[in-house]
Amino acid sequence: MDMTRRAALMTSAAIASSVLFPMRSFAQETPRKGGVFTVHYGAEQRQLNPSLQASTGVYIIGGKIQEQLVDLDAKGQPVGVLAESWEAAPDGKTITFKLRPGVTWHDGKPFTSADVQFTAMEMWKKILNYGTTLQLFLTAVDTPDPLTAVFRYERPMPLNLLLRALPDLGYVSPRHLYEGKGDIRQNPVNLAPVGTGPFKFVQYERGQHVIAERNPNYWRANAPYLDRIVWRVVTDRAAAAAQMEAGQIHYSPFSGLTISDSARLGKDPRFIVSTKGNEGNARTNTIEFNFRRKEFADIRVRRAIAHALDIPFFIENFLGDFAKRGTGPIPSVSTDFYPADNGPQYPFDKKLAAKLLDEAGFKPGAGGTRFSLRLLPAPWGEDISLFATFIQQSLADVGIKVEIVRTDGGGYLKQVYDDHAFDLATGWHQYRNDPAVSTTVWYRSGQPKGAPWTNQWDWTDPTIDKIIDDAATEVDAAKRKALYGDFVRRANTELPIWTPIEQIFLTAITAKARNHSNTPRWGSSSWHDLWLAE
Amino acid sequence: MRVLSLAGRRLAASIPTLFLILIGVFLLLQLAPGDTVDALMAQMGGGDAATAKQLREFYGLDLSVWAQLGNYLWRLVRLDLGFSAIYGKPVATVIAERLPATILLMTASLSFAFFFGLILGVVAARGVNKWPDTLISTLGLTFYAMPTFWFGLMAIVVFSIYLQWLPAGGFEDITVSYTGLRRTLDIALHLVLPTLTLGLFYMAIYLRIMRGSMLEVLNLDFVRTARSKGMDETRVVVRHVLRNALLPMVTLIGLQAGTMLGGSVVVESVFSLPGLGRLAYESVIQRDLNTLLGIVFVSALLVIAVNFIVDLLYARLDPRITTGS
Repeated sequence: MDMTRRAALMTSAAIASSVLFPMRSFAQETPRKGGVFTVHYGAEQRQLNPSLQASTGVYIIGGKIQEQLVDLDAKGQPVGVLAESWEAAPDGKTITFKLRPGVTWHDGKPFTSADVQFTAMEMWKKILNYGTTLQLFLTAVDTPDPLTAVFRYERPMPLNLLLRALPDLGYVSPRHLYEGKGDIRQNPVNLAPVGTGPFKFVQYERGQHVIAERNPNYWRANAPYLDRIVWRVVTDRAAAAAQMEAGQIHYSPFSGLTISDSARLGKDPRFIVSTKGNEGNARTNTIEFNFRRKEFADIRVRRAIAHALDIPFFIENFLGDFAKRGTGPIPSVSTDFYPADNGPQYPFDKKLAAKLLDEAGFKPGAGGTRFSLRLLPAPWGEDISLFATFIQQSLADVGIKVEIVRTDGGGYLKQVYDDHAFDLATGWHQYRNDPAVSTTVWYRSGQPKGAPWTNQWDWTDPTIDKIIDDAATEVDAAKRKALYGDFVRRANTELPIWTPIEQIFLTAITAKARNHSNTPRWGSSSWHDLWLAE
Repeated sequence: MRVLSLAGRRLAASIPTLFLILIGVFLLLQLAPGDTVDALMAQMGGGDAATAKQLREFYGLDLSVWAQLGNYLWRLVRLDLGFSAIYGKPVATVIAERLPATILLMTASLSFAFFFGLILGVVAARGVNKWPDTLISTLGLTFYAMPTFWFGLMAIVVFSIYLQWLPAGGFEDITVSYTGLRRTLDIALHLVLPTLTLGLFYMAIYLRIMRGSMLEVLNLDFVRTARSKGMDETRVVVRHVLRNALLPMVTLIGLQAGTMLGGSVVVESVFSLPGLGRLAYESVIQRDLNTLLGIVFVSALLVIAVNFIVDLLYARLDPRITTGS
């Protein structure tokens, strides 16, 4: 499969021009109350409660209905939502949250610390993906009074880790609708969520739409502005772009449109296409090496593969200005943890790649082929598919024959993380504001077989294990940041996986929207201040 | 009565077929790597191994393949289609929710295709090798060759974006809530483009078949007899030729009703319709075995029913089939 470079160049030029289009500012306008905001919902989930499932597909709906203890503000710093203030004991084993008074659930019952206790112990600690890891050492949540929740940990919990994880992993559910009602996962409330948020759930027609309406008793004064939010289920990306143009959809989040449609809409003054408001959802494209193949157990081969890929060329021609060269497991948008020195970077150098392969003993055989391998691209996005083809062609140039094996989501996870039936895999690593949430598990040894997005490469490094363990319980913020610097440098030196490209999700939204994209996880946030101009 | 016993025998014969199909689909899906828990993890963006184990026990995936198959068939005998992993409710309910949209779209496009295919086929056959025939045949070939997803998207671009006459997708307008007649009209408007997109393809097939079969019948002896009696051409065509030429069309509709009942994934996706096709596709991606088998089961039942009706129609159109001569 050959890529046509000219077509790709044209696409990227179009994307570049759309980025240069400045974001408009509307400081003088008076917010308008009312209106229906329609949202593109590309992949339906099995349930909508964000206390049980941490994924953008749930936040895009559940995040408007339920709220979390803290969210991130415009500068990416934690800001209280259901919690007003917090304090950590010096030993890091006790963290106390003071809750917001006068908040009620959509069914009229008051929100109290008992809700936080139940959600933390029964949902975050037992069910929520990434929550189970984050709250592994949570022993109890005490509730001395209805507005105080005291989190007790067996090992020190860094406050800055908890506060950066809670915007995603800190949604609270109503205890009175779950306790004693059988299996939490099967509770019908999960598909008709009840929260404290600015919008109340109205209806979910599977395969068609979800509707939520204004919560008249919302605790923020004069909020929200919108009357209703309607999520339209549109699985076909091209059809979603057409519906945006026809005015049936106002907003397509999380790179829901094709790269070419995004570029086209970006040039249309009726829409704004941008990465703004997605800084909290950074991801890196990865190349994962299977150490069970003797070739990849040799570090020279891993480095040779990195040197064989012209990443700036790929970005410029296929991804445009929405992507940049990745420097390591912690993306550059992470102001809190991005290290000054990322360690070795492996620039494009085909000769060096060939030399390293020769040194490792993999000399070209008949037809110039050194060895053959199977590459599994994850089916999450078109950039991964393009990158897989790019890897195939680039490695052919240095004498490595690549067979691309395409599967769907379930098949990919099974083959890579459970069956280990791959030589190279390429997908995304999602960075979730703190490396301890979902990044270090890609490197820490001892991950149970079958756990997706974890170290299943058959690679063990006591040095990195120690850094990861130390950082996870280090309560001093500066020391923690320094440890994660060591972690990045070690990861880039040993290269069990490579993170060559850094990307942020793309948003397409109507130019009529105001107060949009104003926080780093805006697509997931509650939209209490969003409004639509006439 | 004879036709009824014939159909009864057919129904009885189709039960083993139905079981074989279900077992086949079940085993086929075992070949795909990953199960519904892997698919769920992919959707969630992560999860730990202990949770995955719990979920596998919950969905009964920790049993052997044969035990799972046995359980499924035993439930089926008791007419229980099981529980859907993605939807968290009984498969029968999930399918019942999707059935109206599918049947509406299928009936509309099949009627459209049958009606216009018939008329155009007759017109083409009567003016064979003259300009109406050439025009109709060329159009038919174009619709047949055009990919449905492209045609659907182009229809949206023209009628929804530029002309703004029709909605670009969805089953009904949800930003306003209509009731009664206004709602019916709204749904009808939403179905115009999908019906055309799906119908034009099938119409192209019908008109080719109709044209061919008309031409064949027109050359038969009894038509010459009718003409020699001095009957006018319109009466010959309507009374004598059409009825005989319809037989292959009826056969085809029986076959295609089955295909269309499975839904059209492409048309449903492009127009965001909540039909069985998309449900089946999603069930495969999510490895929701119960739902997929449920759809196969219901589709197979409907195909059997449609074929039964087709058998009855045969007898009506051609009495020779009933008398068995």
